[in-house]
Amino acid sequence: MVEKIQHLEMHGITKRFPGVLSNNNVNIHLDAGEVLAILGENGAGKTTLMNILYGLYQPDAGNISLNGKKVKINSPSEAIQLGIGMVHQHFMLVPTLTVCENVILGLSKTFLVDLKTAKKQVQEITDKYGLAINLDAYVWQLSVGEQQRVEIVKALYRGANLLILDEPTAVLTPQESNELILLLKNMSNQGNSIILISHKLNEVMAISDRVTVLRDGEVCADVNTLETSQEALARLMVGRDMAPCRRDSEFFPGKPILELQDVFAKGDMGTDALAGVSLTIREGEILGIAGVSGNGQKELAEVIGGLRKVSKGKIVLNGKESTKMAPARIIEQGLGYIPEDRLHVGTIPSFSIWENLILKDHHQPPFAKRSLLQNRVIMSHSSSLVEKYGIKTPSLETPTGRLSGGNIQRVILAREITRNPVALVAAYPTRGVDIGATEYLHSKLLEARRNGIGVLLISEDLEELTSICDRIAVLYEGKIMKVMPVEETDERLLGLLMAGIVE
Amino acid sequence: MSSRSRGVFIQIVVLLAALVGALLIGAVFLILAKSDPLKAYGVMFTGPISDKFGITETLVRTVPLLLVGLGIVISFRSGIINIGAEGQILAGAIGAAAVAVSLPDMPAVLLLPLVFLAGGLSGAVWGGIAGWLKARLAVNEILSTVMLNQIALQLYLFLIRGPLIDPKEVSYGTGVPQTASIPQQIWLSRLIPGTRLHSGLIFALLLAVLVYFFLWRTSIGYRMRAVGAGPEAARYAGIKVEWYLILAMALAGGMAGLAGAVEVTGVHHRAIEGISAGYGFSGIVAALFGRLHPLGTIPAAVLFGALLLGADMMQRAVNIPAAMVMVIQGLVVLFVVSSDYFLKNPSFLTHLKAKIFGQKVDGEGGK
Repeated sequence: MVEKIQHLEMHGITKRFPGVLSNNNVNIHLDAGEVLAILGENGAGKTTLMNILYGLYQPDAGNISLNGKKVKINSPSEAIQLGIGMVHQHFMLVPTLTVCENVILGLSKTFLVDLKTAKKQVQEITDKYGLAINLDAYVWQLSVGEQQRVEIVKALYRGANLLILDEPTAVLTPQESNELILLLKNMSNQGNSIILISHKLNEVMAISDRVTVLRDGEVCADVNTLETSQEALARLMVGRDMAPCRRDSEFFPGKPILELQDVFAKGDMGTDALAGVSLTIREGEILGIAGVSGNGQKELAEVIGGLRKVSKGKIVLNGKESTKMAPARIIEQGLGYIPEDRLHVGTIPSFSIWENLILKDHHQPPFAKRSLLQNRVIMSHSSSLVEKYGIKTPSLETPTGRLSGGNIQRVILAREITRNPVALVAAYPTRGVDIGATEYLHSKLLEARRNGIGVLLISEDLEELTSICDRIAVLYEGKIMKVMPVEETDERLLGLLMAGIVE
Repeated sequence: MSSRSRGVFIQIVVLLAALVGALLIGAVFLILAKSDPLKAYGVMFTGPISDKFGITETLVRTVPLLLVGLGIVISFRSGIINIGAEGQILAGAIGAAAVAVSLPDMPAVLLLPLVFLAGGLSGAVWGGIAGWLKARLAVNEILSTVMLNQIALQLYLFLIRGPLIDPKEVSYGTGVPQTASIPQQIWLSRLIPGTRLHSGLIFALLLAVLVYFFLWRTSIGYRMRAVGAGPEAARYAGIKVEWYLILAMALAGGMAGLAGAVEVTGVHHRAIEGISAGYGFSGIVAALFGRLHPLGTIPAAVLFGALLLGADMMQRAVNIPAAMVMVIQGLVVLFVVSSDYFLKNPSFLTHLKAKIFGQKVDGEGGK
């Protein structure tokens, strides 16, 4: 058994990538039983720092010491040997194996796997921390929150007593997030150390004992959680005061611009993912769709965009029935669409920024004349958008896939909004995006609303929905539970509706 | 040196290293076959560049490689893998020859374009079938193109042995499976008298520039690249993905068909057995070696033309089995395709850059 980690210190860590100083003389420290939050915007260097600790990268300068002894961590397996475990944002589980099999995967030293003993050992761990999980269930049957717990058990089974969690709540529902928070508290109370990478202020405040704030690769603050506030942390993280976006109460919606009438559509599994959805979005309003993801949100956005067949019902866009229209015709009718998968649907990662900015208009003037691309026009158009939308990029020729999530979202937003849509569907536009970019996206959606665009905003973030939407509809198992003005909602009511409970 | 030209330089270094690696392993096989690898490679490398014959014969092989390679660039860039160029060359060759021999009295200004059109269209139809199967019925294009090669080969043999056989072969009783000679007015002119180098080279080079222009400067080319690089995003943007898959395969087949037409009008002056000569496969390698870029495919096609010729010469000079030549070619393919891993590994590239250009590369990339 390895020595338990009582004290971790990373000192003077510097890591340079071509053109970027990702970590600059970063110091962090952590004691047993402590929860340290590493807070920072996307690109601030949080993940790089943790990848160094986990042995995925080697620092250019600086050192790591455990319990006062300097260590060199050359690979994740060495990190695991030292008692450091990491739960990645994207899980690394085999769906067709059971929970128990996943946990012991790769550890069996003998030819035949002694599942019985292994199961007993895994059970001991789950009992110790009160992790409710069925060890015989197949991973594909589990919800995202349960899969995350399997990852945690995996790290613990390998002897980790320092656990790194990379944006753990990004994929969870509010309820699952709360359960995770309780679990982490329990684990730290039993003497484990936890490092939490996050840019969500509320969860940092809820779980951590101490917060180290990174900005542009440098530590700009190291404070006790009890002695700080969300506002102070936001300021530290962004480097300026934040003004949360709110809709103005003036609300003069116009005529209906996008209507869904009793729409049915099949999901990828062949079952009805949408089972009779009726919605009306009017000019100059933002209609929010609340709900736990997987209840038809993806399909809802896709049927409106023409990417998925409507099996029954009718969609009317800008006065014309668009139910059976091809995506190109729907775009012509004036639909803007920010898709959920911004990297592979919203953009082409290997295409340059300018190529992605003309994705929907490459065939028409002024960008193409007689099928010839007008590079001069395209370039000046693109550089003005890059400036106007604050897209941070080395050049217009940079492949879009190399940008951060927030910047990719800005590319999509710039393209969709400058096309002057009459209606805009935005699916999870701020998921995984830092607060600076979130604020910007919200301000742009509100601007679109002021310009008379009808916006459909799909989100899991109740705070986001209640702060910028005019009306909120709750989607549950492919049906609209209720549509109500934002003034009549509260978190408890929305939470109940999201769980399918009608009072 | 600018950052960009350095990048190109690095790519060339890696690709040449792959070539050397393939030849080293090939040397082992040559020794096993009891021949002297130094002598063999000596002939292989100096033969094609030592005299007028070598250089012109290299370029004769370059032409079909380049044409096929251009088609491969179009199809791979559009996200569809075309292994069917062999069959498409045959379709093009037989289409071109059939039109040429049936209109012997037409003036060249009309007949030559018509023959090329026939060759291109025949190849396009043959390629388009695989595209259509993929787009409409989701048939894997690798399987369908390979199978279509077999069908094309048998059809081609049937035609040159039966309906299209040279009447002279029948009357003399020799029965060599080939079509009649095409009218002399459409034989492509020889660029250098006394050699086989013909004006098809200029045609192929012009097409390379045209394909580059098409893919990167037109909206249709943009769409095809979009379909290849991000099919979901292309569909989201209103591009009819299936249609462009078919178009890509038709264009790729058309290019291979033109290669067949050029072989007929420029080299053999008739459709003969074995006219595709493996160009349909070597052209894929040339395109990959040229980084799937139309202009990069030009030097790659010259290089592989020289390799093919050099291998022929080596076989005669050191008397090794013909199969050895194919082994060495196969090794080159494996190494080149594997080198892609290194070309896509940024840390390896940075390391190599630092080795070659010294330490000053640091901090340059992002600016």
